[in-house]
Amino acid sequence: MTIQKYLVLAGITVFATAGDALLARGMKELGGVSLQHLSGLLLAILNPSVAGGILLLIAFFACYVSALSWADLTYVLPATSSGYVFVALTAHFAFHEVISPTRWLGITLITAGVGFVAAGPSLTPVPHIESRSAVSNEVKS
Amino acid sequence: MTELYAWGAIGLIILASTAGDVLLAYSMKRVGDVGELWRERGTLTVLGRVLATPTFALGITAMAIAFYSLLFGLSWGNLSLVVPASTSLTFVANAVAARIFLHERVSRRRWIAALLVGAGVILMAL
Repeated sequence: MTIQKYLVLAGITVFATAGDALLARGMKELGGVSLQHLSGLLLAILNPSVAGGILLLIAFFACYVSALSWADLTYVLPATSSGYVFVALTAHFAFHEVISPTRWLGITLITAGVGFVAAGPSLTPVPHIESRSAVSNEVKS
Repeated sequence: MTELYAWGAIGLIILASTAGDVLLAYSMKRVGDVGELWRERGTLTVLGRVLATPTFALGITAMAIAFYSLLFGLSWGNLSLVVPASTSLTFVANAVAARIFLHERVSRRRWIAALLVGAGVILMAL
């Protein structure tokens, strides 16, 4: 694992969190979307917050598929899910959503799980799928 | 009733994004390390290889379904319920799917993490 790879993992967390937060703000501005008015969902893209959220989620996606090219799915997902904590904090401080003590405990358990996985190896050592670029997929942890 | 809609959306997000994650991970492992590929061959080769992988388009389609389910969910439920509940249950589903379909070695460390996250999600839903 190089510094660049850690930066890509950090990018996944930051872009996903900020993107989700902007999307949530945009959708709250628009109000409930009903099944009878599906066009409202397509027009949601015109809302600046929704548009900004989508741009950030595109950046997230680029980092995400890049990480998947050199690390296991079961490593990338947990290693980048400290975002849960950021989402909860954002929801609490920016949108004033109430988070009960039980939910805080849940967030703590999730964070513990993340730490547990991130300390392990990032890639299954057996080359189960032939890589077209013949990159040596050794465990680099 | 709104809560039922929110949980319906959460269920759909889990199904679609697990399928999407597995398909994308499979595709990107076939492409190879994009960092090295980019240094050796440039951006166009990377984009070409990625887009020429058929399962990548399938993965994107599944992700798009998950994304629109998320938009529905966010308009009905709280950010602090919909996002953590759907994404972390997806994480548990992904551990199972990655083992079955991608043959990843899901070590005890990774399973314990999956259980911790699962327990955390139940607490958040109470």
